[in-house]
Amino acid sequence: MMLDPPPSPLFAYTGGKPFDATRPCIVLLHGAQGDHSVWILQSRYLAHHGYAVLAFDLPQHGRSNGPLAITIEAAADRVAAALTPLGTSRFLLAGHSMGSLIAIEVARRLRERVAGIALLGTSAPMRVSDALLAATHDDPAAAMQMINVWSHSASIAPFAVRPGNPGPGFNIVWENLRLMERIARVNGADVLPTDFAACNAYAGAIDAARSLSCPVLFISGAADQMTPPKAAQPLIDVFVRKTVVTLPSTGHATMAENPDGVRTALQKFAAQVLAPTSESKAA
Amino acid sequence: MATPKYPGFDTLALHAGQRPDAATGARAVPIYASTSFCFDDSDHAAALFNMERAGHVYSRISNPTVSVLEERLAALERGVGAIAAASGQAALHLAIVTLMGAGAHIVASRALYGGSHNLLAYTLARFGIDTTFVDPRNLDAWRAAVRANTRLLFGETLGNPGLDVLDIPRVAALAHEHGLPLLVDSTFTTPYLMQPFTLGADLLYHSATKFIGGHGVAIGGVLVDGGTFDWHASGKFQTLTEPYSGFHGMNFAEESTVAPFLLRARREGLRDFGACMAPHTAFLLLQGLETLPLRMERHVANTRQVVEFLAAHPMVEKIAYPELPSHPDHALAQRLLPKGCGAVFSFDLKGTRAAGRKFVETLAVFSHLANVGDAKSLVIHPASTTHFRVPDHELAAAGITQGTIRLSIGLEDPADLLDDLARALKAASKVA
Repeated sequence: MMLDPPPSPLFAYTGGKPFDATRPCIVLLHGAQGDHSVWILQSRYLAHHGYAVLAFDLPQHGRSNGPLAITIEAAADRVAAALTPLGTSRFLLAGHSMGSLIAIEVARRLRERVAGIALLGTSAPMRVSDALLAATHDDPAAAMQMINVWSHSASIAPFAVRPGNPGPGFNIVWENLRLMERIARVNGADVLPTDFAACNAYAGAIDAARSLSCPVLFISGAADQMTPPKAAQPLIDVFVRKTVVTLPSTGHATMAENPDGVRTALQKFAAQVLAPTSESKAA
Repeated sequence: MATPKYPGFDTLALHAGQRPDAATGARAVPIYASTSFCFDDSDHAAALFNMERAGHVYSRISNPTVSVLEERLAALERGVGAIAAASGQAALHLAIVTLMGAGAHIVASRALYGGSHNLLAYTLARFGIDTTFVDPRNLDAWRAAVRANTRLLFGETLGNPGLDVLDIPRVAALAHEHGLPLLVDSTFTTPYLMQPFTLGADLLYHSATKFIGGHGVAIGGVLVDGGTFDWHASGKFQTLTEPYSGFHGMNFAEESTVAPFLLRARREGLRDFGACMAPHTAFLLLQGLETLPLRMERHVANTRQVVEFLAAHPMVEKIAYPELPSHPDHALAQRLLPKGCGAVFSFDLKGTRAAGRKFVETLAVFSHLANVGDAKSLVIHPASTTHFRVPDHELAAAGITQGTIRLSIGLEDPADLLDDLARALKAASKVA
């Protein structure tokens, strides 16, 4: 569905069911150079198990219009503006990588309407190496190769993942690369450097976290090379009501490499923090 | 900083898509000879059926052994995924029916395998899908043939039987100008010699019966999606971009940004047409795929020796191999196929049809049969076999004469192949 925060619409995939504002809502925020489809094996399931789902395409990503948000705060402003007019009373915000930083900032903006936040593949600060930052400008193909290799765990280095995502017969490594290439082609070459610069520059996570009292779920991949589990520790230390889930043999592409692990953790957390519906109770 | 690298081709050919079996530690890919797979509970069952979770339900849709082959070929081709089918023809059919229905139109190279020609010219026409065949070397002809209802451009990476090299970058660019995908039959080149997605093709398929399996023991096909084509932006593919009532109103292009084609092909095409691959077949093809790089290197090396021998022989009228300067696509082949032009080619024998018959029947190392891409060397006379239903004028347009002989060069000692050919050519010369 298209949501219409000023200055231009944002797309959000609803998991194959019409959006229902009377249901507790799970908001899914993708990482740099991604779109809603990275949540394919979580969004559809949750939408069919009692929750309203909004898997966003962030500004100037996928089907969402620009302008491109050049800071984490600017992206959060757009998402919060899209969520504010909805009749939904309680949101669970889940973000991956860059999306995790945006989720923290959205939570700061929506406050009492946020029942909980789930941070996947997160770190604070989220520093990006100088070499990668430079490559996003100077050699995007090399940058995407770096990101793609580092986003997947060594256990699937020879592309040996069982089963594929979103199902048998799919190759998650090339899917991830093709998605980054698609975003570059459709949404512009400036998306990649802007996203990574925004992550690198964002310094507000700890302060924002201190201002939040909602429950927080951390999901880390034990084999994450982009945001190793220890890099999330400063953020973990700030929150009081927290749950930490570390998925074994899983890299930064958490939702693709371990779809069931992520889905199970999110579903359990959602059941704790959002008012249950008859469908979510049954699940 | 050195850019981190992907695993190399040889490593992928051996490992992609598989971990050692968790239950038994088996290193080889096990044959999961099971029609169906148990659900954990009712919710698990419903979630698998509704594509909310990944997993196997029924082996017509997916199977653990078959999916190793699919994921391995996807890795080798740099595609987002693959679907194994009962044959190469089934893979071609699956690609077409996923994209279009009655009233649609295809523009295809006229230098096609006879079976593909039959499907497009006769069988699909009966179901309301028309095809215009064009000279694959004539870009203006491709352009002129595109209509408002065209939904696909299609050719072979190396055309059958004259080895016309498809200019994939230019034909793909033309297709994309019109918001259309380019599908290629990559059987003759395999991912070892050419990776069509890196040249601009959007979809490809293999008759895995040939070089992928390599041993002539199993029939199979594999359809691979490069994930490069933007179906949503094209606006011409309602099967992928509009809610599908046959699958809970799913909008495949919304579901997956880069792989909606494969979602529909599996969820509708395998479900309803049912031309799936058996796990035992996948196992056999995987044994071949593991040594694809080694075999292709030797296939090409042997072929070069045979081509050189035949090109200098007085009984040979003409030989079509793109590495020869006389081939019309020589320059293009040097650019697109630097590792070699495969191991299947045709040549015209001097003399009568009887000479051709004598040549084929005298060969002892070469086997006379209707296949290519075997580890063993093969020979056939296209005009009386693979293309026997094709009218003479279309045969001529495709570069086939009554004297055309097709060879598939195997892995034997090259000296034995040359001896065999020399003996057969001598016998043929006596009846020419």
